[in-house]
Amino acid sequence: MDFLVFQYPMITVQACLDGILLGVLFALIAYGMALQWGVMNIINIAQGDLVILGGYIAYFMYLYGIHPAWGVIVAPVIMYFVGIAIYKLVINKVVDRDLFISILATFGISILFMQLMNFAFGADVVLANSGYGTTMLFDSNVVLPNSKIFSAFISILFAVCLVIYMKKSKLGRAIRATAQNARAAKILGVDTEKVYAATFGINAALCGVAGALISITFTIHPYMGLPYTIRSFMIVIVAGLGNLPGVAMSGMGLGVFEEFADYILGTEFRIGSVFLLLVLILVYRRFKLSRKREYLK
Amino acid sequence: MRLNKIILSFVSALVILFSTSVASFAKVVGDKIILGAAISLTGKYSSNGVHTQNGYNMAVDRINSMGGIKVGGKTYKFDIIYYDDESNPKRAAQLAERLISQDGVEFMLGPYSSGLTKAIAPVTEKYGVPMVEANGASRSLFTKGYKYLFAVLAPANLYLDVAIETAVELNGGKPVRIAQAFEQDAFSQDVRLGILDAAERTGSKIIIDDKLPKELNDMAATLVKVKQMKPDVLVVSGHTKGALTAIRQIAEMKVDVPMLAMTHCDAAKLSKQHGKNSQYALCASQWHKSLTYKDDFFKDGMTYAADFEKEFGYDPPYQSAESSAALLVFKDAFERANSFDQKKVRDALAATNMQTFYGNIKFAPGGQNVDKPMVLFQVMCDASGNCENKVVAPLKWASAKLIHPIPKWSDR
Repeated sequence: MDFLVFQYPMITVQACLDGILLGVLFALIAYGMALQWGVMNIINIAQGDLVILGGYIAYFMYLYGIHPAWGVIVAPVIMYFVGIAIYKLVINKVVDRDLFISILATFGISILFMQLMNFAFGADVVLANSGYGTTMLFDSNVVLPNSKIFSAFISILFAVCLVIYMKKSKLGRAIRATAQNARAAKILGVDTEKVYAATFGINAALCGVAGALISITFTIHPYMGLPYTIRSFMIVIVAGLGNLPGVAMSGMGLGVFEEFADYILGTEFRIGSVFLLLVLILVYRRFKLSRKREYLK
Repeated sequence: MRLNKIILSFVSALVILFSTSVASFAKVVGDKIILGAAISLTGKYSSNGVHTQNGYNMAVDRINSMGGIKVGGKTYKFDIIYYDDESNPKRAAQLAERLISQDGVEFMLGPYSSGLTKAIAPVTEKYGVPMVEANGASRSLFTKGYKYLFAVLAPANLYLDVAIETAVELNGGKPVRIAQAFEQDAFSQDVRLGILDAAERTGSKIIIDDKLPKELNDMAATLVKVKQMKPDVLVVSGHTKGALTAIRQIAEMKVDVPMLAMTHCDAAKLSKQHGKNSQYALCASQWHKSLTYKDDFFKDGMTYAADFEKEFGYDPPYQSAESSAALLVFKDAFERANSFDQKKVRDALAATNMQTFYGNIKFAPGGQNVDKPMVLFQVMCDASGNCENKVVAPLKWASAKLIHPIPKWSDR
């Protein structure tokens, strides 16, 4: 236990800002997960691995001398097609089955992706340098790497664009209709098969953006995907499906929570505390649900 | 019933066939001494696994082409059976078992990493198979009383204590304030123990003692604390991801600290991935090509590095050099034992006292090499951003003077 965070007020400010910037990025990944969970009723365990794959796209651009920030445009385009391919090969066979089967299937995809990335890109930890500087606040007591600010900004930008797209476009409306009632949508002429494919593609594209941002701000490694899956799963559980402001809020909340856990409990408990929180929330929700059910009886 | 009989005879025929083929595989076949090794060719250690394998292969080719091994008046050549342990300790132990009991290997080379060596050592010990390993530095390997385990490298607790002693020395002999962050794996925790010892010896105080998770890719919290508490030395050990993350975030957050000491800098290709940001980092290394140790096979470090580069296309990290040295140790022991009896070879290994291009090798009763100090190098860059690792300690091999304290970010 460490209470530095209370002794030095600036650390509190730093932790909050770091957490919010990080949380926005988590929220972007979680939004993709919420979208396809809501539409297709699939919990995608491979979410984090899609993120890492997106990161590698940005990294390879960086290796070939292109600024990795362009990765936020290239990675989603490539990842969209990767997403469609995954859908056509695997997901469309499990989409109407129960949740357990989809979890197993995506778990398999996750393992496959990890090993393939390890095979193709090697087991080295890599990163892409953006060369962005640092912003100093409060007499340089609080430091914010510009790459983190950049990634938060891009995440918000993509989230906003997506919301508008979902509201205004034909495909967006079709996706929302399918999410509400797939059968009714089908009867009314929505090609749900196409909608499912597009949804999975959009989710993969969002992961691609997030991955590119992660390669700029942190490091990537073929086996680093799972923590991102867990985080987005948690955010979606807290916020509920189809609740975008909720996703954004709980994303930032999780970011701040992680930073404080890091300061108070120590870095080694950072991911552990996320798991613990997940268990607590699941227990709490179950408790709440069971009460509701009794009441309804 | 007849069918059963047929099956039974078929199976026993298979068993007989198999056992004869095993016999033909045993340790020394014709003029070949067959060594066994489980190496991480896939999985998370695969890059260092490949460095290890390249080091082994390089030495095998060299020793074979330079006359081989002379035992009992006959000349033998080395050959290695490799299996891929998938970076998985359980698999590594299974493979060691397989190498020994199925393939009949009687002498083993080590895998990559302390964790995997720990998994294999009980197996080789059980069968009395001498193992020379080059990539397991964890102190706990050498306190278990293993009789058949020999490590050509210095144990992990010696990796960075030189840095603390240097810092104290530069502080005019006065104790220093240390901030440290270590991953929670066997190796890094042993490095930490070494720092604790050094701190106690010098009366230095540890003001930040963070543990880093396996999934480490953000250590901003530790660095914020460093910024606030201003220690004299920051020590980080978390394999390549620790080194990369630390340098990235130290540069981004403009953390000023007089001395930064790390492990795994060359494995992380720090200067290549981070360029000038990695400047002044102090790195522990088992070996550096500029050291002046010599032997008959690879001549010296510089020649080894040049030959290695010609063969594999990259500058050898110390993981390759120490792996090559393991073969030299085996050759020397076989010739002194003048026998392939496992006990005799084991005793010859225990009595090893030699110099290789990689360093002096002499084993303590626990199996660790006590005759080779660690070296520290510092990343130094010129104005155009070309960075090089220069040895700064111990002074005997120093090719450059340690730059201390590290200039502040505002002055760079």
